[in-house]
Amino acid sequence: AVSLPFAVGQCGNQVGCRFWDLALREHAAVNKKGIYDEALSSFFRNVDTRSGDNGPDIYKGKICSLKARALLIDMEEGVVNEILQGPLRDVFDSKQLITDVSGSGNNWAVGHKVYGCQYRESIVEKLRKTAEHCDCLQCFFIIHSMGGGTGSGLGTFVLNLLEEEFPEVYRFVTSVYPSGEDDVITSPYNSVLAMKELNEHADCVLPIENESLFEIVNKIHQMVNSGKLGSTVKQNSLVTSSAGSAKTLQEKPFDAMNNIIANLLLNLTSSARFEGSLNMDLNEISMNLVPFPRLHYLVSSLTPLYTLADVNIPSRRLDQMFSDAFSRDHQLIQADPKHSLYLACALLVRGNVQLSDLRRNIERLKPSLHFVSWNQEGWKTGLCSVPPVGHSHSLLALANNTCVKPTFIELKDRFMKLYKKKAHLHHYLQIDGMEQSCFLEAISSLSDLIEEYNELDATKGGPRIDPSRLKIAV
Amino acid sequence: MSIVTVQLGQCGNQIGHEVFSALCSDIRGTHGLCSKKEDDSYHDSCQERFFCEEESGVPVARAVLVDMEPKVISQTLSLAARSGHWKYSSHSHFCQKQGSGNNWANGYSVHGPRHKEAIMNLVQKEAEKCDRLGGFFTIMSMAGGTGSGLGAFVSQCLRDAFPNSFILNHVIWPYGTGEVIVQNYNSVLTLSHLYQSSDALLVHENDVIHKICAQLMKIKQISFRDVNQVIAHQLGSVFQPTHSAGGGSGYSRNPLGDLMEALVPHPEFKVLGLRNIPQMPESCLPYSTFSWPGLIKHLRQMLIATAQMEEGIDWQVRPPPPGSSSPSTNKPLHFNTSIANLVILRGKDVHSVDLGTFQDPSLYTSWLNPQDAFNAWRTPRAFNKYEKSACLVSSSQFLLKPLDSIVGKAWNMFASKAYLHQYSKFGIQEEDFLDCFTTLEQVISSYTNL
Repeated sequence: AVSLPFAVGQCGNQVGCRFWDLALREHAAVNKKGIYDEALSSFFRNVDTRSGDNGPDIYKGKICSLKARALLIDMEEGVVNEILQGPLRDVFDSKQLITDVSGSGNNWAVGHKVYGCQYRESIVEKLRKTAEHCDCLQCFFIIHSMGGGTGSGLGTFVLNLLEEEFPEVYRFVTSVYPSGEDDVITSPYNSVLAMKELNEHADCVLPIENESLFEIVNKIHQMVNSGKLGSTVKQNSLVTSSAGSAKTLQEKPFDAMNNIIANLLLNLTSSARFEGSLNMDLNEISMNLVPFPRLHYLVSSLTPLYTLADVNIPSRRLDQMFSDAFSRDHQLIQADPKHSLYLACALLVRGNVQLSDLRRNIERLKPSLHFVSWNQEGWKTGLCSVPPVGHSHSLLALANNTCVKPTFIELKDRFMKLYKKKAHLHHYLQIDGMEQSCFLEAISSLSDLIEEYNELDATKGGPRIDPSRLKIAV
Repeated sequence: MSIVTVQLGQCGNQIGHEVFSALCSDIRGTHGLCSKKEDDSYHDSCQERFFCEEESGVPVARAVLVDMEPKVISQTLSLAARSGHWKYSSHSHFCQKQGSGNNWANGYSVHGPRHKEAIMNLVQKEAEKCDRLGGFFTIMSMAGGTGSGLGAFVSQCLRDAFPNSFILNHVIWPYGTGEVIVQNYNSVLTLSHLYQSSDALLVHENDVIHKICAQLMKIKQISFRDVNQVIAHQLGSVFQPTHSAGGGSGYSRNPLGDLMEALVPHPEFKVLGLRNIPQMPESCLPYSTFSWPGLIKHLRQMLIATAQMEEGIDWQVRPPPPGSSSPSTNKPLHFNTSIANLVILRGKDVHSVDLGTFQDPSLYTSWLNPQDAFNAWRTPRAFNKYEKSACLVSSSQFLLKPLDSIVGKAWNMFASKAYLHQYSKFGIQEEDFLDCFTTLEQVISSYTNL
């Protein structure tokens, strides 16, 4: 089953680039014989390029030329051009790109209304073409940031489009939320306008905050440079590293942070691609982690962040991995799920971890976590046999937890600060199709969402006493 | 008579593979401890029941493999072929790419109707290969989406297409603490539907088997493979050939029919539990000796105290004293009332074993004569390297508590309406849920009032 990523905007494409690179690295490490297999086919087509770029797809046998199943969309050419000139240039062809020159000026309305309208047909056409090559399309991924204009505006336009054209295919969105000190002044507007679209049209959203990524990068840096006696960190095991991938040029400043997001996506899809004793597909993630349609924001955490060179990993370290997944330091947003309310939690384990390790750790961690009353045992688990590159095992935790609330409240506050002063509004309102009501609806949507989380926090999800069972006449 | 096995979903296929492996390895083994004639007869009977001969000489399992995603079936087929001793037919599997997303409604209402023809064609082909069809054995978990939802649908199709055949559903009950968050919903939907189409449900609980792996098999790092192998061993000890109670000289020719006759006198009571004794690591077998009286004593107490295995049995539990004309309210707490029991003995000296304690009327409800409520099958041919082994298949209150727990948790979630939109998307509405809850509350009530 195919997962189709759409990278929209500068951030989206920079992350996308890291993603394709690391995906190739991961498959190369597993697929020693160079045979095009089921696992590869979820992200790549195998094309016979001897007769040029329009060669037919090869479904079995040796790998000829791998082409990523993806759409790269940007309204500026810089990032996409770089990808096309870099080591990944053969992985994409021009039919998968939609670019323009002038950018969106950090304006959601330009991205959503202007470019949306302009490129609608082109996007639909390329989307259909790409989908045709997939024998079974399970899920779309949109990778974008919320604070700018293209990723935020055009990205959410694409989200709408996907729902219209392929209503049965799941829509996962990886969204980078702006921080308080974001240098784009209008990022609160862009983010809130985009949030309304995510509320209404996404099946699952994985919010990510740069601050968290930054802190993880620092933590790793410290560890690598601390030179603890007798421990050397395996370079290619760093969740931030590009070691061993195609991109051997000098790393750019955001590369380390973007690698983390790329690894998130790889881990998320690992059980759908590789075999294991308890598979966890993407549609299962959506099914188990979204109890109510609008509460679909999932906090993610990845562990370990790196592996030490010693191969013998005692099970205490294994247990540490599970504990880490629930610590603040490993979350990809600034949130603390341990001290908020869980609606549901998923654990996807990769590599050399047994069922009993998984069960033991769930029993161990359960007492310290607060679960909603109607889902006291709400764990979804998956065991994938293939670990990430450089690791013997890893864990991805996804939580539907009320700890996302503060992120949304802060976003709302920043929005209101600007909106009360009507700062920069004219840039938006001058766009065809934008009115004050768009802003009002967007903030209202966000407020409603916050209210739903408040409700849950207040009531812990339900009545204290179990509802009485049906009575049967004897 | 031959049995066609239908393996449904990841769990069904993983377990199915272990079952055929265990059966094959048992008949190939030299540990039969009986005469060659007996051993040959056993071998032939097992072959006919579960395998088909092909020109290559490698036995082909009489099985249909069904899954909504390809990875597990692909693995299962290759693992079997690699063994060199048996394999699956290359034309007996059906799979798709999408999976069922742990969604019972998707499995039942979407995949079921869509793929009914293709799946039933495979079943038909397999059934036609049998000289005499003894019935169907389906293996599924009830926690996920395919085994549970599509499994329930296929079960119904089997009933419609083969109205006179026996259908035994082997159902795996998940760990109490999550494998799947919506497992209790999926379980309620599965059990209520299977109750309509199935002749009997043979149940294994992951929690119980896990304990056996940890405490009896002494496995430190338990994997699903370990769990599945214990389950396969227990199933083998039920399904390998035996001489039936009638005492004819040959092996029973109608195992599923005999099972139903012995254990399902009333269609309201279809849930069967399974206990096996002894269970220990293979490496310990050469150093252990067993006595039949000891094994029987333990097995009986496991029955009446609802013990999960032969360690940690509560010996305080006793049947009610005779002559207490059993209104069920007077029964001592924790005592497991039986409707019917079947004990299967394999190995040395089986014919001398005294099973009188299992015929004690105080173990049973008053509807059946004690002679009819208890059956024993025996074979001198030892199973799977155990010099002596005893298996109990029980129609009793064994599963009442776990069933009640599952329904309770599902109801709790249902009251909050959580996840219901995921099911209604595929056509299962609140009213459908209510019907299923009602069916199961009725079943719970019936078992409680035994």
